[in-house]
Amino acid sequence: MHIHRILSVTAMLFVAALVGAPTAAAWEPTRPVEFVVPAGSGGGADQMARLIQGIVAKHNLMKQPFVVVNKSGGAGAEGFLDVKGSKADSHKIIITLSNLFTTPLATGVPFNWKDLTPVAMLALDQFVLWVHADTPYKSAKDYLDAVKKAGPNKFKMAGTGSKQEDQILTVGIEKATGTKFIYVPFKGGGDVATQLVGKHVDSTVNNPIEAVAQWRAGQLRPLCVFDDSRMPYKGKVTETMSWHDIPTCKEAGVPADYLMLRGIFMPAGVPKEAVDFYVGLFRKVRETSEWKEFMERGAFNQSFMTGPAYAKWVQGAEDLHRNLMKEAGFLAKP
Amino acid sequence: MEELNSLFYGFSVVLTPYNIVLMFVGVFLGIIVGVLPGLGGANGVAILLPLTFAMPPTSAIVMLSCIYWGALFGGAITSILFNIPGEPWSVATTFDGYPMAQNGHAAEALTTSFTSSFFGALCAVIMITFLAPLVARFALKFGPPEFFSVYFLTFCSFIGMGKEKPFKILVSMMLGFGLAAVGMDMVTGTLRLNFGFSELLRGFSFLIAVIGLFGIGEILLCMEEGLEFSGRSARLNLTVVWDTWRRMIRFWGTAIRSMVIGCWLGVTPGGATPASFMAYGVAKRMSKDGADFGTGKLEGVLAPEVANNSAGTSALLPMLALGIPGSPTAAVLLGGLLVWGLQPGPLLFVEKPEFVWGLIASMYLGNIATLILCLTCVPVFAAILRVPFSIIAPVIIVVCAIGAYTVNNAVYDIWYMLMFGVFGYVFKKLDYPLAPLVLALVLGDAAESAFRQSMLLAQGDLRIFFSNWLVGSITGLALFALFWPIVARGLVALRASRVGATAA
Repeated sequence: MHIHRILSVTAMLFVAALVGAPTAAAWEPTRPVEFVVPAGSGGGADQMARLIQGIVAKHNLMKQPFVVVNKSGGAGAEGFLDVKGSKADSHKIIITLSNLFTTPLATGVPFNWKDLTPVAMLALDQFVLWVHADTPYKSAKDYLDAVKKAGPNKFKMAGTGSKQEDQILTVGIEKATGTKFIYVPFKGGGDVATQLVGKHVDSTVNNPIEAVAQWRAGQLRPLCVFDDSRMPYKGKVTETMSWHDIPTCKEAGVPADYLMLRGIFMPAGVPKEAVDFYVGLFRKVRETSEWKEFMERGAFNQSFMTGPAYAKWVQGAEDLHRNLMKEAGFLAKP
Repeated sequence: MEELNSLFYGFSVVLTPYNIVLMFVGVFLGIIVGVLPGLGGANGVAILLPLTFAMPPTSAIVMLSCIYWGALFGGAITSILFNIPGEPWSVATTFDGYPMAQNGHAAEALTTSFTSSFFGALCAVIMITFLAPLVARFALKFGPPEFFSVYFLTFCSFIGMGKEKPFKILVSMMLGFGLAAVGMDMVTGTLRLNFGFSELLRGFSFLIAVIGLFGIGEILLCMEEGLEFSGRSARLNLTVVWDTWRRMIRFWGTAIRSMVIGCWLGVTPGGATPASFMAYGVAKRMSKDGADFGTGKLEGVLAPEVANNSAGTSALLPMLALGIPGSPTAAVLLGGLLVWGLQPGPLLFVEKPEFVWGLIASMYLGNIATLILCLTCVPVFAAILRVPFSIIAPVIIVVCAIGAYTVNNAVYDIWYMLMFGVFGYVFKKLDYPLAPLVLALVLGDAAESAFRQSMLLAQGDLRIFFSNWLVGSITGLALFALFWPIVARGLVALRASRVGATAA
């Protein structure tokens, strides 16, 4: 419970800092900052980290550079354990995806987000149900009715990794609609989209950025987005449709929703001034035109949170993942 | 020809002094990346990617792709000189390249490797220029069963190659599969064979094994045998390039076969590493001097080098045309495209022709630049062998250690490297072949995933590997390659008995 206390103390300090004027001398990195990516190079988290690295360098937002380091071993456990083991190191940050929750739950590797210091939520990644454009399914209902009619283990859903976000979401769809897919795991979101274009599988739950190229080329069709409300981007992506034109899955009669965290954490035991510095840095990054463009291209949900609100959100997300994974039988230690 | 017009338009985009300087800078950096073991093309491009955000996208991609060409060429240098593959796709180059250097023919081996690399890359670029849309559609036909059949074919065309006892080959290969299985099981999402050690989470990286087995193992052997490299007597001769070219022309058949293998595996994201192994295996089978492969045959350097460069280059095609990376480096470049505000995929050719055709034009120019830079440096590289062992060996060990660390930024990997070094030494002493272990380690994981994905798709029905003409013919070819030695022996026996019968 030690960590809990530290967290609540930092939380209180944070609130105090918000109320009172921040007078403490500003902390700044004195050597290059290691930016850990708990995933392989070329993936979504890696792209975002390298974009941030580029933006920070281009606009001179920090005196020291970021050094992006991929530690993808054991579904990201390697990266998280590294940060967990670097207590009080203010020159190390990590970008997370859902494997912050799914990896320890599915593999039993000993770490939890409470071993880290939450810094900021940068964005939330959406999930969209995609089918091949040559199929007759015009809506999520059409498609899922067909899946139901065909019986269990006939339709194939491709996704990234096993017992991770894509499979959890697939189980969520199955639970909500009483269907059963054959779930086939692949290494990355790009592979998944290609398998669908090549008609080796029937559907995917790719993130927008993973499948947008194939959508624009008329090879894939989005059926619904797994969120409470539609995506806000109204600019035309294809000739006839914008991201906003994709209905939510709830509208389409599939009560499942899921968003993936793209957030930043630091090791435990770092001074509050360091956390504040990085929060300020990411606020500046969010203001740049490069970042805004990237958000729109990937149709991200641009929620930004820091401090206690962020920690509370992460706690909620962890509970959600534990429940979903428990129901699906994915827990290493049930 | 519409493509030719576009191509010349591309040349006009690329041929600015600024871009040409960037091109040479890129090639130079790439050769360094290729020479340093561990710092692979993907890492090299990833590290330099943020530097390019301030450049116009076309200049940026010209520079980054030139780093890639440099790495593709440069990986062979240390393979030939020190038996240390700088890149995974250069492992097959060591089989004949290093013996050539030991025989005093380092310069010939280097010239062969660079020229073959150029030939492979050039053919692949020509294919990209004229057949892009057609070839891109072919790449889409590859699902898990097709991938597995390709890996299977690589294993089968490689089996029975060594002079060692089949049992020893089997032991070595199984060890490789065992090491490949450590870490994350992608299909079930659980950890395996890590015995609770968090340092085993990431498994055994193929590169670390190669650096240890080949590099450190070789140095241990040299220390035992008298503290010097046997290639010291390498003669340096300015006409060596010309002489080697004349000798290479005889092997045009091997070059074309290797090029086809390379292009094919590059487009279907099989990659340059299996391509180089498969081309070496096929060349050994088809060559008149097949039995002498491994003793320093020029043809044995040519085949893998043509294949790995044509594969490495054609791997960019699916990235441009479909938005699927054909190799890890292509995956990083793909990330770069997104950051520059370009959307890779089928519409890129239509929306950003100056970018696509600029890139393609830079492929031609970049490869020529690389060839010139590499060939002029052949005497310099070959002269490295004249540096006394007592100076160069510690340097190599330090470079290997840095390389091993760079792969995953993990200090533990240096210990693994040393462990693999001892492994490599023992293997050589006991006359166990290393190549099957390396092949199993590099492709084991991918082959296993592809097999299990296929089994999921087919719900356990093995007939999926014969379910259409494509996968059926690759699997058939693999089985044929696997059983050919037995069939051939049977045929010979049959013929002998028939001859015996008529004589009687």
